[in-house]
Amino acid sequence: MKGRTQKSQAHGDPRDRLAGAIPKLRAFAISLARDVSRADDLVQDTILKAWSNIEKFDPATNLDAWLFTILRNTFYSSLRKTRREVQDSDGFHAATLSVKPAHDGRLAMQEFQKAFDALSPEHREVLILVGASGFSCEEAAGMMGVAIGTVKSRASRARKRLAELLHLEDGEDMFSGTDGATQAVVLRSTASGF
Amino acid sequence: MKKENEEDAPKRQAIREQIDENLKRVYAAALNEELPDRFRDLLAQLKAREGSGSDDAQ
Repeated sequence: MKGRTQKSQAHGDPRDRLAGAIPKLRAFAISLARDVSRADDLVQDTILKAWSNIEKFDPATNLDAWLFTILRNTFYSSLRKTRREVQDSDGFHAATLSVKPAHDGRLAMQEFQKAFDALSPEHREVLILVGASGFSCEEAAGMMGVAIGTVKSRASRARKRLAELLHLEDGEDMFSGTDGATQAVVLRSTASGF
Repeated sequence: MKKENEEDAPKRQAIREQIDENLKRVYAAALNEELPDRFRDLLAQLKAREGSGSDDAQ
């Protein structure tokens, strides 16, 4: 079509930018799937879909966001097939997890990783999108197909869940915050640890 | 923010910063995973197929 030709001339073929987008895409896939070989399959599927649907990409928009969207949709539709019985994935994962608080109150990377892995995929997703990879809540909302308010509340719940898993807080107290000395000490030492 | 939460805001902020700091590390660790060749090969394949000028790419 003429639109495609014009776009191609103005911005170059977006397919030429796929290679450069792969590292970030793969990092997102690994964060979601927590398994490198599964992540690689997701990336491969995403590349194939992106390649054959490239005319649906608006070159004036963010290619990473477009690819991330394809990848997460692919991920969730495959997850839906295997997940059926697990309604409360938070509870499910939490039951299998045991993270011990670090002796000195600092967050060891390994422990954080373990707690992160124990989150539901939806929580990992929102935290990676808005917490780590630098997308705005608005962009994340577009990618996740939900309202901005949902992104914010989900991110907040996900952080709270992480804090619980890491014993940073007694869960409930994190946002009502009436706890005393112990918490303050832990927090002071953790905060200064970075 | 409710006013009873005001004095706890710095604490919550500290936790949040700490969590986000670690999230960035998790993501960076994933970014540092070595890329397999399969993606480069796949793109080369797709490009070659396109370049052959056939219409079989749907």
